[in-house]
Amino acid sequence: MPQLFPHHAIHDAAAPTLALEHVSVRYGATYALEDVSFTVKRGDQVAVVGPNGAGKSTLFNVITGIVKPNRGAVHIYGSGPEGHICVGYVPQRNRIDWRFPATVFDTVLMGRVGKIGLFRWPGRGDRAKVQTALEQVGMAEFAHRQIGELSGGQQQRVFLARALAQEAQLLLLDEPLTGLDAPSQQAILDILAKLGQEGVTMLIATHDLNQAAEIFPLIMLLRRRVIAYGPPGEALTTETLKEAYGSHLHVIHAADADLLLTDTCCSGGQPPVGQIIGHGSEEALSHYDVSHPDRQTRR
Amino acid sequence: MDALNWLIEPLSYGFMWRALLAAIMVGIICSVIGTYVILQGMAFLGDALAHIILPGIVFAFLIGWPLAVGALIAGVLAAVGIGALSQRGELREDTAIGIIFAGSFALGVAMLSTVDSYAVDLSHILFGDVLGASVTDLWITFGLGLLVLLTVFAFYKEFMVLAFDPTLAKVLRLPATFLRYLLLVLVAVTIVVSLQTVGVALVLAMLVTPAAAAQLLTRRLWTMMAVAALIGAFSNVVGLYLSFYVNIASGPAMVLVATAVFTLVFLFAPERGLLWRAGRERREEGAVG
Repeated sequence: MPQLFPHHAIHDAAAPTLALEHVSVRYGATYALEDVSFTVKRGDQVAVVGPNGAGKSTLFNVITGIVKPNRGAVHIYGSGPEGHICVGYVPQRNRIDWRFPATVFDTVLMGRVGKIGLFRWPGRGDRAKVQTALEQVGMAEFAHRQIGELSGGQQQRVFLARALAQEAQLLLLDEPLTGLDAPSQQAILDILAKLGQEGVTMLIATHDLNQAAEIFPLIMLLRRRVIAYGPPGEALTTETLKEAYGSHLHVIHAADADLLLTDTCCSGGQPPVGQIIGHGSEEALSHYDVSHPDRQTRR
Repeated sequence: MDALNWLIEPLSYGFMWRALLAAIMVGIICSVIGTYVILQGMAFLGDALAHIILPGIVFAFLIGWPLAVGALIAGVLAAVGIGALSQRGELREDTAIGIIFAGSFALGVAMLSTVDSYAVDLSHILFGDVLGASVTDLWITFGLGLLVLLTVFAFYKEFMVLAFDPTLAKVLRLPATFLRYLLLVLVAVTIVVSLQTVGVALVLAMLVTPAAAAQLLTRRLWTMMAVAALIGAFSNVVGLYLSFYVNIASGPAMVLVATAVFTLVFLFAPERGLLWRAGRERREEGAVG
């Protein structure tokens, strides 16, 4: 149980932003995560992909310290997650009650509640930080809107601003682009790129393999264990994809290439996405949209 | 002036004065706590809590303690018990609450049925007896109510984070478990404070209805609380006058007024009312077609 006045951990600048060592999490007899080890450097942007139930949310919960691993350890800047208030998280939009009586400003201010501490009220400094965060994501003019009156992309930007106001060093994003139109997705990606330059480290859970491979410099393929972790060209091979998606994955030997159909659709309700991997396995991924067979065009 | 007379005349009775004060205080306290009850989705829990404390009230009644003391002990025990049961995860939370809810209500009624004045006492406990409020009752209501409101004030931002985004509460290392129990205890105390006015069966309406109306009218937490408190106090006062002039039971009269206020807000609230939304759809269709 957390203390009433927690002592906030001091960062070891020499240690990696995030390191997991042999982390296993079990629910009853089944493993959600098994012997997971990896390191994330400061400023890295890692897309975490895998089939439904691969352990993406368990992984995030272990990193935030909400779930304690049965074995192994999580280190954030050299110490366990419990003492850190530098871990920001951006929830999936469908987890939030958008009727909640809070303005954009109120919502972003919530990111500062940990720093403010019990029995104190937000001061001028806190308000200034909220204002800066809103400007950074281009939402300053919407500060007095109720959060339900925003578009999906704007809502996502508010939650990014909340993490900024929290002064998060390590940001966990759960399906941040799901359900957004292309311009809104681009706006979010621009903000993420800017944050990356400022040294904010990011883990992005997504079910969209294509997008992950196109956008993010590092990909982690997760299915209870870390199956592959590295740049997309190295991490995504026929072998690793087969291992990650197993029965969700269908390999079709077409005339010109091997066609991999992955059933990655989930809560976002997106259509299944097909991928083609060329015969030369090092070849970069190219993509076909096979959900509309009559409109197969090479992107 | 006739209207003024109509307002002043009941106040020539001491019991009406006391009832009026009790009704206003209870309206405010219930509505403020009720804001969290509906934002946290605790309506069923609140109703259950009201029934669960019945044995405590009856026990205090039988041994001649102030009812509030027995209710408070039972309420706090129940709040902690439910919190503990739902943490275990072997039963669904609503199942666990349902079992305790019905069991302790039965125990309370069974204990009460051993008394000669059973029927009168039961109806007071179920539906309240605001016209019988004593000066001591008023002081208890005032003291406990002030305690509840000060606690809400002190933990305002933490309760807000917990209600809006429990995961954020954990990520910010707020004492989430402590806060959840604290809120349950505050709801229990509020129910105890309200029993004299509306009784076990109707206290849920005082918690939920004004807050629900206020949510449709406001866009920030503190304004929602303030508007809910206004609606709660207003409904209770109007209900009390209704019961005086129309001669209906006071608790149900207050709840009926609050329900009427909610219905009006639900229909006519700007932006979010039913008619407003229907009108906007029609305007948009007109613009398209």
